Amino acid sequence: MPTKPTLLKILDILALIMLGVSTYFALVKAPTELVMGQVQRVFYFHLGTAWTALLGFLFASVLSVIYLVTKDLRWDRYQVAAIEVSLVFFLITIALGSIWARPAWNTWWTWDPRLTTAAVTELVYVAYFMLRQGIDDPDRRARFGAVYALLGGISAPITFFAIRLYRTIHPVVIAGSNPEAEGGFSMTADMRTAMFVALFAFTLIFIDLYWNRIRLGDLQDKVEQLKLKVMM
Amino acid sequence: MLLQEATPDTLGYMIAGYAVAFIVMALYVLSLYLRSRNLNQDRMLLEEMDKQSTQAKNAQAVQPQKSPVKTARKKSGKKKYEIL
Repeated sequence: MPTKPTLLKILDILALIMLGVSTYFALVKAPTELVMGQVQRVFYFHLGTAWTALLGFLFASVLSVIYLVTKDLRWDRYQVAAIEVSLVFFLITIALGSIWARPAWNTWWTWDPRLTTAAVTELVYVAYFMLRQGIDDPDRRARFGAVYALLGGISAPITFFAIRLYRTIHPVVIAGSNPEAEGGFSMTADMRTAMFVALFAFTLIFIDLYWNRIRLGDLQDKVEQLKLKVMM
Repeated sequence: MLLQEATPDTLGYMIAGYAVAFIVMALYVLSLYLRSRNLNQDRMLLEEMDKQSTQAKNAQAVQPQKSPVKTARKKSGKKKYEIL
């Protein structure tokens, strides 16, 4: 594998620093919410990971269109990388939401529209990897994967708008309000700062992991090519 | 002020939340590292095999191929007329 580009090394370090900074802002700088207490602090990571994951799923849909047009397997690798990192981030989002829901809603899980659409989105992309594993031919696998990712991408905006379109108990913190929400809160200036720091930090971490995952995909491709060459 | 409820103690949930987030991220980074290491090992092995097979092919191309009959005669030490 070629050595890591200097820019990626810098990005690795920056992402790590920003993770620390975001944790500091969330745990120390942001004030404690009076109604929910300390558990409200998971909101910053919950929002940061959700934002990047949903954008990542949408980005993967765009990449799948590019693959279907160009038929270049490079775009397929980029798409797989975007979905894999988004899947990990969205798992964190769901886990943090569930942990927050226990004291706020008195339950770990409820089949609320937002929670349901989020769970469906996560499962749709788990199934994406299962589908890919079942196909041996690289071109066929990439074509099926691209179509699947394109359709799966619809679940991201549905999840985002679920709290704005349906009756739900999930709070709408940004750009909107939900009178039926349980556990909603109004943000102070320090809370808003911690939120934006988390959004920036997780965007940076996502880009860093995505780049690393692309390099892994390229290496995987090279090994596959070498295997074919040796076998012939 | 007297009617205001006390802030609940939810510190344990907060710690659990951050622990989950950090553990999942650490596991993913570890999986990236392990997959990369294994693929690098595979690549080095395959490159070595490829190099060896290329060398063997080149050697075959330089040396003219010996007739299998002649080789068998040499090994047995018998002359042509004896076989006939």
